[in-house]
Amino acid sequence: MAIADQKMQDFSERLTTVNEIKGRSLWQDAFRRFFKNKAAFASLIVLAAVVLFTFIGPYFAVWSNEEIDWSVLGQVPTKGIPSFETGHFFGTDDLGRDLYSRVIQGTQVSLLVGIIGAGIAVLVGTFYGAVAGYFGGRVDSAMMRTVDILLAIPYMFILILLLMVFGRSVLMLFVGIGLVSWLGMARIVRGQTLSIKNKEFVEAALVTGVHPFTIIFRHIVPNLLGVVAVYATLLVPEMILTESFISFLGLGVQEPNTSWGALISQGASTIQYGTLWQLAFPLFFFVISLFSFYFIGDGLRDALDPKDR
Amino acid sequence: MINFVIRRIGIAIPTLLILIAISFFLMHAAPGGPFNSERGVPPEVLANLNAKYGLDKPLIVQLWNYIWDIVTKFDFGPSMIFKTRTVNDIIAQGFPVTFTYGIWSFLVAVVVGVSLGVAAAVNHNSWLDYLAVGVSIGAQVLPNFVLAPILVLVFTLGLHWLPGGGWNGGQWPYPVMPVIALSTSFMASIARITRSSMLEVLHSNFIRTARAKGLPANTVIWKHAFKPSLLPVISYLAPAFVGMITGSVVVDVYFSTGGMGQMFVNSATSRDYSTMMGITILYGVLTIVFNMLADILYAWIDPKIRL
Repeated sequence: MAIADQKMQDFSERLTTVNEIKGRSLWQDAFRRFFKNKAAFASLIVLAAVVLFTFIGPYFAVWSNEEIDWSVLGQVPTKGIPSFETGHFFGTDDLGRDLYSRVIQGTQVSLLVGIIGAGIAVLVGTFYGAVAGYFGGRVDSAMMRTVDILLAIPYMFILILLLMVFGRSVLMLFVGIGLVSWLGMARIVRGQTLSIKNKEFVEAALVTGVHPFTIIFRHIVPNLLGVVAVYATLLVPEMILTESFISFLGLGVQEPNTSWGALISQGASTIQYGTLWQLAFPLFFFVISLFSFYFIGDGLRDALDPKDR
Repeated sequence: MINFVIRRIGIAIPTLLILIAISFFLMHAAPGGPFNSERGVPPEVLANLNAKYGLDKPLIVQLWNYIWDIVTKFDFGPSMIFKTRTVNDIIAQGFPVTFTYGIWSFLVAVVVGVSLGVAAAVNHNSWLDYLAVGVSIGAQVLPNFVLAPILVLVFTLGLHWLPGGGWNGGQWPYPVMPVIALSTSFMASIARITRSSMLEVLHSNFIRTARAKGLPANTVIWKHAFKPSLLPVISYLAPAFVGMITGSVVVDVYFSTGGMGQMFVNSATSRDYSTMMGITILYGVLTIVFNMLADILYAWIDPKIRL
């Protein structure tokens, strides 16, 4: 009997330990899958390093972004090269300003533009798409027709027109990019909403008399977050590209502010003088950051895609 | 089909009107009028000038007149900066340049992209496949404003093969670099799309059947697999076209071709609102018309699509 008791005890112990094993939520699953994806994980680290650099970098800067180093002026190709002695770690630009500080500043502005553009897309696009998809019918077709029409307009030109008319400020850039960024998001969210709104849990909420907007925010939007997260990560580089494009043409941010596009434009206009570093450093940060965003977006899509399971 | 075309035109026209209205009201929100100059004009002369150009009328009438002139006479009005030139003159000067290398870029992107995509899919997991995939990933983060300086660095400053700018009436070899700079990223996208859709088609049942009845590989690929695998490419043509129009601005500016993009940026920096507006509307019309044609082409080729 003693042996049997022992066995019972063991069994009950095992039962309790079994109960202690934690279940994994879908999000935890997604995180595990994301971190298993080497390219995406490495991209996350690279991106974190770039962001960290924009915060810590200024403490190491010898020159500010606006100071002109008069000693190199006129001899930028020889004296402005990157070196630790002069304190110009990335060299100087054409006007003798420290490129290290300017790259940090440009990185901040470009990342901010991308994140704010994507942020507006997430807020406005999710709301707009969810409302259109949930209510359906005439509301839906009117709302989505509007999106179709706005999408068919070559927004780059309107954006430039907007910047010229209301002044070329960073704020105006945010407004302009925010005006167009949400359109694609609205379309995607609407499509997802259409498939979610006929699920049983929405029906259950309906029968218990929940207000339509509460259904949208409490029951539908949380189920959209995966798609929204993926699309938002892919939107960030798109917004950065848009801003860089405009700044490259000299129509975006205004001096003394700068961005990747403006820096690349300046670097590109002086390559024939042999000042390659003026193109290389901004280009390096631009390319690795955009690559990172794309890989993170891809990794997120693989991690969150329900078809993969 | 006819219903679809009519409905599609029904979307295109309001889009066009909204585009014109947006740019018109934006232009009128701009500070200063076209006749404000440093010296100033006597008020009577100003009133006369305003009356001549119809600027004394209510905004909505001006908008109507503007649209009317565009629709009936294709007239975008006078330039605000160059007193002797109209917006039409400026467009007539810049458009042929952009149009020429734009068409070439479009052809290069489609032909090379589709060929590369098909070759990559047929030789799946070979070096050619990896090359195609590598190029398409690289081109995603190398927009043309990055590619253009790199091209100049390599082919003009390094190898001295090609001129780094200018147009010279479109003579060989001046358009080569603009075409490469403009077409590469779209070529890469088209290659990627063709490759994945071709792979999907090659793994479908009807291809297995075609192979099983002993057709030669070439017949299977070109007669059976090629056409269905082109559908996603066709749906990408419209965004590619829009992207090329925007991209041509950078190419025009960087290579100083004297095309529309350069005119646009010059008019933007000199605040020549009427020229900016004219070019925006012209590009808008092109975009909207091309989008419409692409949709109709798609619906015509793929009977499953009914919008």
